[in-house]
Amino acid sequence: MDNDRRKFMKVVAGLGLSAALGAPVRARADSHELAGYPNQFGVLVDTTVCIGCRRCEWACKEWNKLPNQKGLKEYEKDQSVYQKLRRTRADTYTVVNRFENPSDPSKPIYVKKQCMHCYEPACASSCFVQAFTKRPIGAVTYNPSVCVGCRYCMAACPFEIPAYQYYNPWTPQVTKCTFCFDRISREGGVPACVAICPAETMTFGKRSDLIDLAHKKITDNPGRYVNHVYGENEVGGTSWMYLSGVPFNRIGFRTDLGTTPIPTLSKAFLSVASPMYIIFPALAVGLYTFAKRRESISKEEIAEALKKKEGKK
Amino acid sequence: MEAKSGTLRLSWVEDRLLLGMNWRDYFKSNLTPFNGVMAIILGIGIPVMLYRIFFGLGPSTNLSDYNPWGLWIGFDMLAGIAVASGGFCIATAVHILGMKEYESMVRPALVGGTLGYFFAVVGLMFDLGRYYRLYFPFFVSPGPSSILFLVALSVALYLHCQFFEWCPAIFEWLNWRKLRRWWVKGTLGFTIAGLLLTTGHQSALGSLFLLMPSKLHPLWYSDYLSILFYVSAIYGGITMVIIESMISHRVFADRLHDDDPGRFDRLTLGLGKAAALVIFVYLGLKVLDLAHGYKWSFLATPYGYWYLFEILGFVGVPALVMIYAVQNSKPVMVRGAAIAAAVGVLLNRVDTTIVAFNWHLPWEYRYVPSWMEIVITITIIGIGLLTFRFIVNRMPILNEHPDFEEGHH
Repeated sequence: MDNDRRKFMKVVAGLGLSAALGAPVRARADSHELAGYPNQFGVLVDTTVCIGCRRCEWACKEWNKLPNQKGLKEYEKDQSVYQKLRRTRADTYTVVNRFENPSDPSKPIYVKKQCMHCYEPACASSCFVQAFTKRPIGAVTYNPSVCVGCRYCMAACPFEIPAYQYYNPWTPQVTKCTFCFDRISREGGVPACVAICPAETMTFGKRSDLIDLAHKKITDNPGRYVNHVYGENEVGGTSWMYLSGVPFNRIGFRTDLGTTPIPTLSKAFLSVASPMYIIFPALAVGLYTFAKRRESISKEEIAEALKKKEGKK
Repeated sequence: MEAKSGTLRLSWVEDRLLLGMNWRDYFKSNLTPFNGVMAIILGIGIPVMLYRIFFGLGPSTNLSDYNPWGLWIGFDMLAGIAVASGGFCIATAVHILGMKEYESMVRPALVGGTLGYFFAVVGLMFDLGRYYRLYFPFFVSPGPSSILFLVALSVALYLHCQFFEWCPAIFEWLNWRKLRRWWVKGTLGFTIAGLLLTTGHQSALGSLFLLMPSKLHPLWYSDYLSILFYVSAIYGGITMVIIESMISHRVFADRLHDDDPGRFDRLTLGLGKAAALVIFVYLGLKVLDLAHGYKWSFLATPYGYWYLFEILGFVGVPALVMIYAVQNSKPVMVRGAAIAAAVGVLLNRVDTTIVAFNWHLPWEYRYVPSWMEIVITITIIGIGLLTFRFIVNRMPILNEHPDFEEGHH
């Protein structure tokens, strides 16, 4: 599946060697110009059809064996949670929030929230133990067995998704949606939330196909959607994407994130930091030598001046 | 120790650890008001520390999913490391640039710096969810594409490097002459390594926030974060050396028997001159950042007023006072300006991690430290001060060891 990318990595790794051997070298593309994993999966969420039944929340907890699970009926009945905007938490990988519909107040808008599974995840680039991996099939997964608990990933995530087990004193973990990596790795598997949805709010498939589908839906249904597929380009693109009938900032999305992948923001610094370790010692030794030289010259001059003085006497 | 043969022979412990007293006298000599305050701090702080360890971050802190970083990262770690760079500044000036007149300040600055870094890491240990995995980034699963990896690696190496620079004083205290003579040959090497590692992690600490343009207020977010943090850490370090030497001269006056107050004032003025220069560089960079980022319009907002309070009150004013004091040879005024400037560096770090962070969130989701977080921070600082005093009272840090006067390194 990721053969192309792997081949590219091999080419990149070989470049240094071939350059040293004098072999012809092709220009190397910056990694963020790569198309990413071409066959990765995604989910398209159509917020205009979600009915707010919260079954996805139940299914998510069920599949991931998260604590504080309740019966499915209770999820469907309990509408009181909508009085407050909720976010993902240590025991909850996904939540549905309700927003007022500016065009039709009788029809509130429900928006499911979970990890967006970025093309170039901020969490992965922030992690100093590489606990996060962007899998070729699209999922961004977390490996708790190396996590130190610095929580830089939580600070770095532009969608405010990773949560922390603050109430676990000895072995706390970061928690977030796994894209049901175990399920979608199997042939024909779909995430638990997608499987249970009764309203077909979510479409699971190849991300490239979903982008086509999203734009087709927008053109085929004039007036139903705003002309924007959230996640197509946000922070470089995400595996989960959204359609909306109202501007995205009205339903809890940040529309000021830009299209630059977050990891790109640290590249300029990292690329300067390493050469510094080569250049600075040389500079320091240079400064040291200048100081020494100045000192020895001044000593010589004083000695000479003293000699002259004595000679005159 | 034959010189003491006239009196009772002192045991090693009495001589080296109890300041030449027996246990009973040593205990009595420690019944001071300062120690009383410290006892209260430790008496409250240590149980709170245990509470954090046994019950976790949730019950003891106000950290949340929105606010993963709080006081321990913002103050203990970022602010602490920024003003602990004095050891690097003075060692570079003396050992690389050949400014020999500051030789007497190297050791106090190095001890202050080493302890500053060490206790910053202690603060970090309370913050990390799984602190017992502190070595994981180096030995188990390195993530070199993370800026935090750069911070962790160079802070860890620099902590050792600074300790190595301090070792000659320890060897003098233990009277290990041979090892000391051999060790001081490494001084230049350690100093250059310190220059490198400090430049690396001070700038990287600022760059941590490069990933968060959507969360950090534009007045604090900057493409120049790395340079801004580095430059402010340099003057943070220099001003802390001014402050620390001022306090040492009062508190440890008995250890400075051959001290010449005129010389001390001259050194303070010299440090003030260096600090003023660096503060003006920082101020210039800040203005450049405002202009380059078209951020002027943010100044007329509540966050803008707070930014101006930080930049004018704790950078601009101290810079002007400092340069005036240096021009007119007013060492007391230099010390005052140094305090204001150092507070400014602390304030900048706290603003970046807490005040201006998550500015887009409503107040109910914002972070204010819990009393336990504050108590643990105060306790760590208290233990740091006690350690500093313990060392200065025993090792040749402020004064030269009578047996080793020949040996500048």
